[in-house]
Amino acid sequence: MGFYWSFLTVLTLLAITAPLALSFGFGGAMAARSKIAPLSWFGKGYIAIVRGVPDIAFFLFFVIALDQGIEYLRHQIKCPDWPDAIRQGNDFIVCTAAKMPLGNAPQWVHETYGFFIAVFTFAIVFGAFAANVLFGAMKAVPKPQIETAHAYGMNTRQTFWRIVVPQMWVYALPGLGNLWMVLIKATPLLFLLGVEDIVYWARELGATKTPQFTSYPHGDWRMWYFLALLVFYLAFTRVSEIVLDRTMRRLTRGQATAGGEAQRKVAG
Amino acid sequence: MEECIQTITDYAFRSIGFGERLLPRSDFTLCQQFTLIGSGMIWNVYFGVLALVSGFFLATAVALGKAAKNPVIRKASEWFIFIFRGSPLFIQFFFAYFFFLSLKGQFAFFSPFTAAWLGALIVLFLNTAAYSGEIFYGALQCIPKGDTEAADAYGLSGWTRFRRVIWPTMLRLAWPAYTNEAIFLFHSTTLVYFSGFPAWQQKGDALYYASFFADKTFNPFVPYPILAFYFILVTLVIIAIMGRIGRRLNRHLPQDAPRPKFRFRPQIIR
Repeated sequence: MGFYWSFLTVLTLLAITAPLALSFGFGGAMAARSKIAPLSWFGKGYIAIVRGVPDIAFFLFFVIALDQGIEYLRHQIKCPDWPDAIRQGNDFIVCTAAKMPLGNAPQWVHETYGFFIAVFTFAIVFGAFAANVLFGAMKAVPKPQIETAHAYGMNTRQTFWRIVVPQMWVYALPGLGNLWMVLIKATPLLFLLGVEDIVYWARELGATKTPQFTSYPHGDWRMWYFLALLVFYLAFTRVSEIVLDRTMRRLTRGQATAGGEAQRKVAG
Repeated sequence: MEECIQTITDYAFRSIGFGERLLPRSDFTLCQQFTLIGSGMIWNVYFGVLALVSGFFLATAVALGKAAKNPVIRKASEWFIFIFRGSPLFIQFFFAYFFFLSLKGQFAFFSPFTAAWLGALIVLFLNTAAYSGEIFYGALQCIPKGDTEAADAYGLSGWTRFRRVIWPTMLRLAWPAYTNEAIFLFHSTTLVYFSGFPAWQQKGDALYYASFFADKTFNPFVPYPILAFYFILVTLVIIAIMGRIGRRLNRHLPQDAPRPKFRFRPQIIR
């Protein structure tokens, strides 16, 4: 049963992460575009750092860092008069009240907490990539469009929200589509983050079962379980490809790009 | 300082089985972390270089196959590319490992395949061949018509035409994208020891040791930045080498002509 639920875990992760990463990306891109220098440095730095380092190193790093960061903050708030240092040599010790989640919390809280740490990590990393794509897309909106908007008397904010944002999607979509594919392919890394996802279950269920422990004894089936996962991912990728293709065609309609021009010609 | 030199002599080749056998247990120094993670980089470089060099040839074949007129060859190449690009490398590693494991059960011949040095290398080789095959295919489609027409006019055909005109032009056009692929391949070598393949006698790659230290010290802020440092170093070396090859591929062109420029554009996960 857990095996089937874990597919749902992966899909939920995708459903939550994608919008979250997109909004992180939007924020990052807006920050990078900003006229205020520190904000723009922050945005550009965010994009640059996350892109330069191998992905899984980042995943492994962020989960522990986030976990410890949250516990550290809670520790500062809840137990201000704690006598010992938090970092004792190799150990990281906070008071019991600051443990996250609390030591006596039920199992599902631990699991959900782990899941959301994972979602947050994904969102940060993918947010940087989305920020990069959106930053490029915002710059790709033709200059005359913006100049026209200014000529009509719109201020910078109005131009941004009414002209740039609606038009940038067509430039952003190929990049975002790529990112979506990458995000799908990144979901097995959940396993590394300690969430019981499909990889975990495939390993568990596929392993050799002896009649002593289960009524369904079988040999080593892990190969077949992973083959099933492979097919699952391939099918998922294929469906996404088709959907993205349709969306692209829909978005191109009426745009001042080569694709839009081609559609106009076909429509006559 | 002397202690550090001692550590380096002990652990510099730990990942391939030379030197001190026991890993440090407590009181981890910065020097130990630098040495061991650096030692693990040997594996990353091994996987990256061999997969890249061998994958290059298969990639050329796949690209030509995808552009072929024969529908059987074309479909086969398309499926090859789709399967390896459409599924996570992580799952591919797992599948390959268990696949080789069950083959090993039947034929003793396959026992080296379950070890990382061969099994993971094969997966990486096929994977990079698929990714760079797609890049080369794209470049093949972009070869200027004038070039092939000129080749025809000179009376070149068949193998000579391919060897002297089409192939160099394809490489020249694909090179910036291929550089990214190379960098990206090196990054993905870190996945090897985190998927099925066991690190026998704790001989692992750089990320294996980095996570070993992070586990032991509960402090991710030292080993992972060290790992990042090494990877940035490797990335710079790749850019330098590939840039030199790219210059050689472009050397016949007028020097002020616009040429494909390399832009660092990593994707993350495969």
